[in-house]
Amino acid sequence: MSPERIRSIRRGALTLLLAAAIYEALARSGWFAPALMPTLEKIAATLVTVLADGSMLAHAATTLYRVLFGFSLAIVAGLPLGILMGRSRAVENFVLPLASALMPIPSLAWVPVFILWFGLGNTVSILIVFYASLFPVLLNAWAGVRAVNPLWLRAAGAMGADEQALFWKVIIPGASPFIITGLRQAFLRAWVAVVGAEMLAASDWGLGWVIFDAKEFLNADLMLAALAVIGAIGFAFERLVFGALERATVQRWGMVRSTSA
Amino acid sequence: MTDAVLNAAGLAPRAEPRWRAIWRNAFPFLVVGAIWETVARAGVFPPRLFPSLEAIAAAFWRLTLNGILPHHALDTLLRLGAGFALAATAGTIIGLLMGRSRFAEDCLLPLVSIGAPIPGLAYAPLFLLWFGLGNFSTVLLVGFAAAFPIIFNTWTGVKAVKDIWVRSAQAMGADNPRLFRYVILPGALPYILTGLRLGLAQAWRILVGVEMLAAVPWGLGWMIFGAREFLNMDVMLAGVAVIAIIGLALEKLVFQRLENYTVVRWGMMT
Repeated sequence: MSPERIRSIRRGALTLLLAAAIYEALARSGWFAPALMPTLEKIAATLVTVLADGSMLAHAATTLYRVLFGFSLAIVAGLPLGILMGRSRAVENFVLPLASALMPIPSLAWVPVFILWFGLGNTVSILIVFYASLFPVLLNAWAGVRAVNPLWLRAAGAMGADEQALFWKVIIPGASPFIITGLRQAFLRAWVAVVGAEMLAASDWGLGWVIFDAKEFLNADLMLAALAVIGAIGFAFERLVFGALERATVQRWGMVRSTSA
Repeated sequence: MTDAVLNAAGLAPRAEPRWRAIWRNAFPFLVVGAIWETVARAGVFPPRLFPSLEAIAAAFWRLTLNGILPHHALDTLLRLGAGFALAATAGTIIGLLMGRSRFAEDCLLPLVSIGAPIPGLAYAPLFLLWFGLGNFSTVLLVGFAAAFPIIFNTWTGVKAVKDIWVRSAQAMGADNPRLFRYVILPGALPYILTGLRLGLAQAWRILVGVEMLAAVPWGLGWMIFGAREFLNMDVMLAGVAVIAIIGLALEKLVFQRLENYTVVRWGMMT
């Protein structure tokens, strides 16, 4: 490790320690009610307790189930439709105006509507996740197919590729950087949407519901512990799942250089 | 660039008359509207929950005439403006600092990286506990959530300014303020604008949800959420329509213009 890198890490660690110390000092100073601003020790103790008795894991599992269900629905519906839009002018003409009109509506605006239609519970959260993640998947698949270099299509055609080979060997790999970007964006939005939907519409399970419910009982320590779990899961998905997906596909095929961000 | 791809693929857009373009864009909405209307009138679902388009339009018209809908929309827009202004100011300043100073980057990056993966909305109950229900919490939360994409993009933008531009400006005797004004700012601007655009979209997506949670007296999110109690589906859908119009207007009117005035004119991108 270069000395510069070590200095960066040392400075970063110092800032984090300083931030934690300031928080701790404020929490212990007694200016704010301890229920509203618990000490770090208390937050950590709460986090350990709820992880140990399994309740936090059950909430996290429920949230993950909702987010992955809705996200999968969005992929199943959005990916083929987006690819079709890229290949067929008629489909594009029909779907694009609708998508452009629906996309700017934040998914959470539909929560009250869906609650009335489907009742409180799982269905609403899953559908909100579906709505939130559909458009990034759809529009990126469309843009990806359209961005495939036409030279590659002609070259493959000249070398005797039939429609099927053209599709699987040229168009799908060519569009994959866009598609993966779309999946990434879609998951980020889904993750925000599921937390919001659970706060507004869940009945008794889910990380969003934990935070919202803890507010009623002024359990700021539980809220902060749930926030930490939400952050950890979001971070893990972004880095591990999508990072691995990118390495296994577009980086291996040489479509993009390894991205750092 | 898209046009070039289109032409090469043999999909060159024929010069089509204006009415055809309008018809082409309106057609899908007519189809969906007709399906909606058929289902609504067929009586499969209770009309209270699945109102006809006529009922939605009537609710829209009624609420617009008596000033309720404009009031809700105005309050939402003001909150969006305030939250976004907060995020834009704080986000660009932090991003520029991080891009220009190694010390600021080392110190701030861990904090920003820890804050970013938690959805802004998850903080909502915490902010409501700390700062109370109402406007202040809403604006603060929207600003907080929208700041992250602005920080990241500004930071990347400053780092992406070519070293050789900075050195040649310095060699030609540019002092620090001028280096910043004439080299770094224009060089980073495409990224900053992307960040602002993402930040505004983020603020918009979160604002509606926060309004539902924060029990603000006026605002489109609150209007929709409140109408649920009375099963006023026509009012709710009219509210969703207004939200769609505002969202579309933000994208088309605000950002595409801003981009044309600055980066496209300076030749930074096409």
